[in-house]
Amino acid sequence: MDLIYEGFVKAFQLLFTLDSEVIEVTLLSLKVSGLATLISLFIGVSIGAVIALSSFPGKRILISLVNTGMGLPPVVVGLFVSIFLWRNGPLGFLGLLYTPTSMIIAQAIIATPIVMGITIAGMQNLPVTLQLQILALGATRLQMVWFLIKEARLALMAGVIAGFGGVISEVGASIMVGGNVKGYSRVLTTATVMETSRGNFDIAIALSVILLLLAYSINYLLTFIQQRERPR
Amino acid sequence: MKRSRNLFIPLVLALTVIATWVAPSWGTAPANKTVILATTTSTQDSGLLDVLLPVFKKQTGYFVKTISVGSGQAIAMGKKGEADVLLVHSPDDEEKLVEEGYAINRTLVMHNDFIVAGPAGDPAKIRGVKTSTAAFQRIAQSRALFVSRGDKSGTHAKELKIWKGADINPEGKTWYQQTGLGMGETLNVASEKNGYTLADRGTYVALHKKKRLAMEILLEGEPLLLNIYHVMVVNPAKWPKVNLAGAQAFADFLVSNQAQDIIGQFGKDRYGSALFFPDAEKDAKSLGL
Repeated sequence: MDLIYEGFVKAFQLLFTLDSEVIEVTLLSLKVSGLATLISLFIGVSIGAVIALSSFPGKRILISLVNTGMGLPPVVVGLFVSIFLWRNGPLGFLGLLYTPTSMIIAQAIIATPIVMGITIAGMQNLPVTLQLQILALGATRLQMVWFLIKEARLALMAGVIAGFGGVISEVGASIMVGGNVKGYSRVLTTATVMETSRGNFDIAIALSVILLLLAYSINYLLTFIQQRERPR
Repeated sequence: MKRSRNLFIPLVLALTVIATWVAPSWGTAPANKTVILATTTSTQDSGLLDVLLPVFKKQTGYFVKTISVGSGQAIAMGKKGEADVLLVHSPDDEEKLVEEGYAINRTLVMHNDFIVAGPAGDPAKIRGVKTSTAAFQRIAQSRALFVSRGDKSGTHAKELKIWKGADINPEGKTWYQQTGLGMGETLNVASEKNGYTLADRGTYVALHKKKRLAMEILLEGEPLLLNIYHVMVVNPAKWPKVNLAGAQAFADFLVSNQAQDIIGQFGKDRYGSALFFPDAEKDAKSLGL
């Protein structure tokens, strides 16, 4: 128990003394996961909306594939992204392996099915007659889709929250494609793994506390946006 | 309509701010100024590289990306041309790599030694045993728990060599457990489960100093337990993308007087004794192998 107490003390020390390395690692976590979530938001919502609103053969198979993707293991994503980005691999000419960019790519791949799956569920949950009403009021098809997306915003925000939660907390892909390079591609989760294996349990606990605080603040912000817009 | 539009605007705005903020870090350092170092967990977990790399960067301007994995994986990365320079401690595998032409300019950097650590109670009674081979035989006979790295690291290779010398195949035995993890984590597991393990002294001392290990050094000082680190450059003739200049600069740096001094001093302040012994320009055989 002493250890956990020491860890918390350490966390506050690191935070309030603005330890430059910890701040750097925290900001990188935020950058990488924030950007990955942003990318997954655009891809996930647009493709998710198309899948939800159209009917085609094999739709159920596709949706179940997306739903399976919601549980995509980060290490599997990390492995495949690494293999593709190896400098002697198919996309090696990009020179992206062991950079923050490759971590964003991997995390976007992890978050996209999550956002997409929740988008599909949220939009399918809208009354079917709504589409007809909107079209009857003279909206173009594109306007209708935009309106429906806004109508499903509670679910979409839930998707963004779940996607962000999935990537800010993952370590498997980040350590494989980022390499945990000091001052460059080290994020909170990979630093926690490293400090644990170094036996610096107090710092590891401190980093976990910082990670949880960060996740909470971001989620508070997202939830605030989500709930403020609740139809009254 | 207007009210609901408010939803995405702040969000997209916030994320766009993040996007513009991250953008400058997209462009990485020029490729030829970046060196990928594949190394063992012990050089990173002990903290040695954290001291050496800033000095190297200041001297040469090269930015070293350390990928800290077991020696087995580090050597595999060299073989696939995914690293520029290797700092590893698995001599038999290294010699094979050089013979096959995947690595060049293999140079002795430093050594420390392996120790056999175990619970203070010492259920297999290996305290006082002279050789690791005999100690391993006792562990096997008493079926006391042995925790292995199991990750093809340099330490794992050494451990397998000792088992082989003891004429025991521990694979699949109930008292033999493989973690597949780094040295620090494996020591934690062995400590928690009251098991024996083979560890490099650097990681053991660093971890023990933090007073989290319920273990003691039960066997040390045998020539077979020497742990020797070599640096080598991945052969650009096999893999043209290798940053030869940067890799060679790093290899040269490691055996320079300045780096060798740092290596020899490292850990004295924190742990009371050095964790590594500098060996530049020595012959590996002179160490007593």
